[in-house]
Amino acid sequence: MFYREVGQYKTSYASDLAIFPILQDRIGIIVIVIAAYVLGWTANDFVLNAMMIPFLIFTLAAIGLNILTGYTGLLSLGTGAFMGVGAYACYKLTTYFPGVNIIIWIIASGFFSALVGIIFGLPSLRIKGFYLAVATLAAQFFLEWCFIRIPWLYNYNTSAAIEVPSRTLFGIPVTGANATAETRYLIVLTIVIAMTWTASNIVHGRIGRMWMAVRDMDIAAELMGIRLLPTKLLAFAVSSFYCGVAGAMLVFLWYGGAESTVFSINQSFSILFMVIIGGLGSLLGSYFGAALIFMLPIVLRFVPPHLGIPVHAATVEHITFMVVGALIVFFLIVEPHGLARLWQIAKQKLRVWPYPY
Amino acid sequence: MRLKYLILGAAFAGLVSVDALTTKADAQDSIYVPLLTYRTGPFANSGIPLANGMRDYLVMLNERDGGIGGVKLNIEECETGYDTKKGVECYESIKGKNPTVINPYSTGITLQLIPKAAVDKIPILSMAYGLSASAVGEKFPWIFNPPATYWDGLSMIFRYIGGKEGGLDKLKGKTIGFIFLESGYGREPLPLLNQFAKDYGFNVKEYSVAGKEMQDQSAQWLSVRRDRPDWMIMWGWGAMNPTAVKRAAENGYPMDHFVGIWWSGSDDDARGGGKEAKGYLSLNINGIGDNYPALKDIKKHVVDTGKSQVDKEKFAENLYNRGIYNSVLIAEAIRNAQKLSGKKVVAGPEVRRGLESLTISEARWKELGLSGFGAPITNVSCADHNGHHSAYMQQWDGAKWVKISDWIAPMKDKVRPLLEKDADDYVTKNAGWPKRTEPCDKSS
Amino acid sequence: MDILYKVLIDPFAQMVAAPDLLVQTLWEGLVGGMLYALIALGFVLIFKASGVFNFAQGIMVVFAALTLVGLHTAGLPAFAALALTIVVMFALAWSIERIVLRPLINQPDIILFMATFGLTYFLIGFGELIFGGDPKIMITEELYLPKGRINIPAFGGIVSLQKLDIAAAIIASAMVACLSVFFSKTRIGRALRAVADSHKAALSVGISLEQIWVIVWFAAGLVALVTGIMWGARSDVSFALDVIALKALPVLILGGFTSIPGAIVGGLIVGVGEKIAEFYWGPLIGGGTDSWFAFVIALVFLLFWPHGLFGEKIIERI
Repeated sequence: MFYREVGQYKTSYASDLAIFPILQDRIGIIVIVIAAYVLGWTANDFVLNAMMIPFLIFTLAAIGLNILTGYTGLLSLGTGAFMGVGAYACYKLTTYFPGVNIIIWIIASGFFSALVGIIFGLPSLRIKGFYLAVATLAAQFFLEWCFIRIPWLYNYNTSAAIEVPSRTLFGIPVTGANATAETRYLIVLTIVIAMTWTASNIVHGRIGRMWMAVRDMDIAAELMGIRLLPTKLLAFAVSSFYCGVAGAMLVFLWYGGAESTVFSINQSFSILFMVIIGGLGSLLGSYFGAALIFMLPIVLRFVPPHLGIPVHAATVEHITFMVVGALIVFFLIVEPHGLARLWQIAKQKLRVWPYPY
Repeated sequence: MRLKYLILGAAFAGLVSVDALTTKADAQDSIYVPLLTYRTGPFANSGIPLANGMRDYLVMLNERDGGIGGVKLNIEECETGYDTKKGVECYESIKGKNPTVINPYSTGITLQLIPKAAVDKIPILSMAYGLSASAVGEKFPWIFNPPATYWDGLSMIFRYIGGKEGGLDKLKGKTIGFIFLESGYGREPLPLLNQFAKDYGFNVKEYSVAGKEMQDQSAQWLSVRRDRPDWMIMWGWGAMNPTAVKRAAENGYPMDHFVGIWWSGSDDDARGGGKEAKGYLSLNINGIGDNYPALKDIKKHVVDTGKSQVDKEKFAENLYNRGIYNSVLIAEAIRNAQKLSGKKVVAGPEVRRGLESLTISEARWKELGLSGFGAPITNVSCADHNGHHSAYMQQWDGAKWVKISDWIAPMKDKVRPLLEKDADDYVTKNAGWPKRTEPCDKSS
Repeated sequence: MDILYKVLIDPFAQMVAAPDLLVQTLWEGLVGGMLYALIALGFVLIFKASGVFNFAQGIMVVFAALTLVGLHTAGLPAFAALALTIVVMFALAWSIERIVLRPLINQPDIILFMATFGLTYFLIGFGELIFGGDPKIMITEELYLPKGRINIPAFGGIVSLQKLDIAAAIIASAMVACLSVFFSKTRIGRALRAVADSHKAALSVGISLEQIWVIVWFAAGLVALVTGIMWGARSDVSFALDVIALKALPVLILGGFTSIPGAIVGGLIVGVGEKIAEFYWGPLIGGGTDSWFAFVIALVFLLFWPHGLFGEKIIERI
């Protein structure tokens, strides 16, 4: 009823090609962004620390992987390792230049990740599909091995782990134990929104169209004059950049210290789940996917005890595994194109409501 | 239509979860003891007996004595799956409920919680694991890792080896192999091991086992066969241990020259090797078997009444007893905290004081019905959050563990300087590390 | 120069100096490789017939082994437990086909791949719920698998062969032989190859896709059971075992996703390669190389044979 585009005329090509052509959508986005910021001041620590911050960080990683897998069609299982590169790079940078603001280093560490991404992306010219996925596994395991075998990376700490030092922004601590959940949440939120906006501009622009052409049929794209190697490598670079920033945020703004096992293959898989469940080739889908894959187990774990259902912690965990597995299959059967597609269908129905067509 | 149900379902789930997450814990008339445990995941084989032991002892206190000092314990397990991510979730869900003490049971989770402990005023008890440097109470007032650090463990192993060889100086020119899980935990003893190598003139051969290769290890043991080390020392965990014991036996390595740290000494670890594993050694900090009055009480009040999750035949196995040991420390710290603060219902800050002046004398062990179960805890103080207590050597006789040595004291003079250096290092690297402000209680 | 010597000359000098260790390393590599090959075989069977990259193969190995040990602990004699496990694996294959695959017919590969992830999660939870997370000891003696080792004095030293490994080699070869005969000589085998070539064409000549899928998943389940018994006997049966499935991935790359001989040859190359590398070159960089070396071998091979050694070359047309 309220979701109508009646009376909204498009008078230029630009407005016709806008990402949110309908006024209600634009209002909706603004409301959601404001609500997200307000949440930072109202929600309790558990919601911020255990749910919202990691959700946003994983969303960013999922966007990164979506650029590679969803938009360019290159399947990668090395996400965890690329996140790790970001985290370790950020740690080294802030060790050497403690004076520079940590947020600058969090963003800058993405470039290191991008560089590593390009190196491991080189085989993508010759290898495709699942073969490429397994090739990226080589990156995953090799980098994971480096994270623990090169003590220089973790400053020769006996614990072989990154320890996050306290850093401040305008005198307010943003990393380390004294940083409040609110501060960290607001920083993560700002970075994620800014990078989502950038990603949206990239994928809707010339570069994004090149990527999609390569995804849909690389030989045809080549014939049209798109140079495959630079395009694919660019996708690897941008994707790894996003993952690297996500990894740096993961350690500096969430965990506050990490062993190399944090960036294990399971991390890569869970990001891949988010992308596929959320919807390949959709930024919004990355948000949905991260919400479902990350939040669902938490809700499943913490709801039964709250409702007073007496179950053992381990049993809850087992059932959580079963339910998550079953839900993945269920969602794939209901809508193989991911939650983003479901959302689109819902919007379409809403537009013509109460009529079926 | 399908879509409508989906939306309805999602809305309902959302409502339920919002409701569930916003409800706060009830007012406290009990002492809240959260236990971070892992009964799932690749390390479950070590996690399950530990979880059972920790839980059952505390449940027994509730059943037999009505809690501690007349206050019931509210015991809650949170499953971490040995996964750092879930560890954070657990911590966040526990934090607001006035926890007495947190047992992370994973080095990764411990490392993450160390900076948070001081801010949230929750003491962390990482019993004989975690960051060794946190033994320095001046720098880490909220972290406790009694009874001994990994470096103590290594020095005790060397005392044992020295005893067998007729003096540590006899190690000159010999080769000692070190097989370890490729992680912070496994790499931790390396600095001290290398220092020992320099001091006593032996060679070190390192064999690292990646987490993914835990169940294979054939290349590592082939190298052992080539290098023929005179002694093998193992820092393993989870599925790595039984496989290593099996491979050692298969490769004909003399089992009585193969020594594991206390985390490599569960019954399952050696049992897989069967008769061939006979002779395998491991350090231990807790008593073995069920021949203690307190364990009989656990059997009577908890296991036989069906309140435990332990398999009857796995009752009182080594890691189960390790869990009990951990819970004894918790319980005694709470008791001590009640005494110090005069309050009945204690929480983090009081228990921190309780831990800091924790004493379990030989007589007290006996009173607890656990005579000789652990070395007397006498050295924990404000400055020393570890105490560097003794452990003993146990040997697998083909079917069960047998105690084969007296309490072995660590080489505190070698370990402590390294710890202090490491703690200083930690503090310098983490610029802005808070200075200790907590006052110091007299040891009780 | 010193480094060059250590990398280029010293390892070979060691090989010559202690040939018994070289033979031993080769043998261990072959045994390990054969077990990788078995897992890879499970992947290949399913990929060939249904184009599904079955990530759940690793957990199926664990599940099969756990069921076997669990049933035996529950009081069944060993071989009855084995038979019942086979029935369970069939039921599993049937339900997977019914519940997961059938509704997903004609979906892109990646969706089916994802569905097997869901399956993996489900089986992990389900298996732990029923059997518990603690490790079990494989019932080797009850299944009349030999124990102990044979020491052969040879090459100026001793080469020691585990009897269990020899048995594993024999059983694995027998199983591969049976599978190849089954798939090349029987009616179902021919139908399977038809399905592998083209689903549509197979359907149009009256081959039931559903039936074929149940059969391949069941065959993969059997392979998983054998793999589970062998790995379980080598270490123990626990959920940590499912990570070994990742080792099958470089094997698949080497051999190609669609070739049964490829899986076997690939497995052996990976097994031998990583053991030799870890044994002779590993110490130079601190060891532990076997966690990634296999992938690097695979990557190098891929640069020359993008579809694996035996994979089908795909000709792309616009």
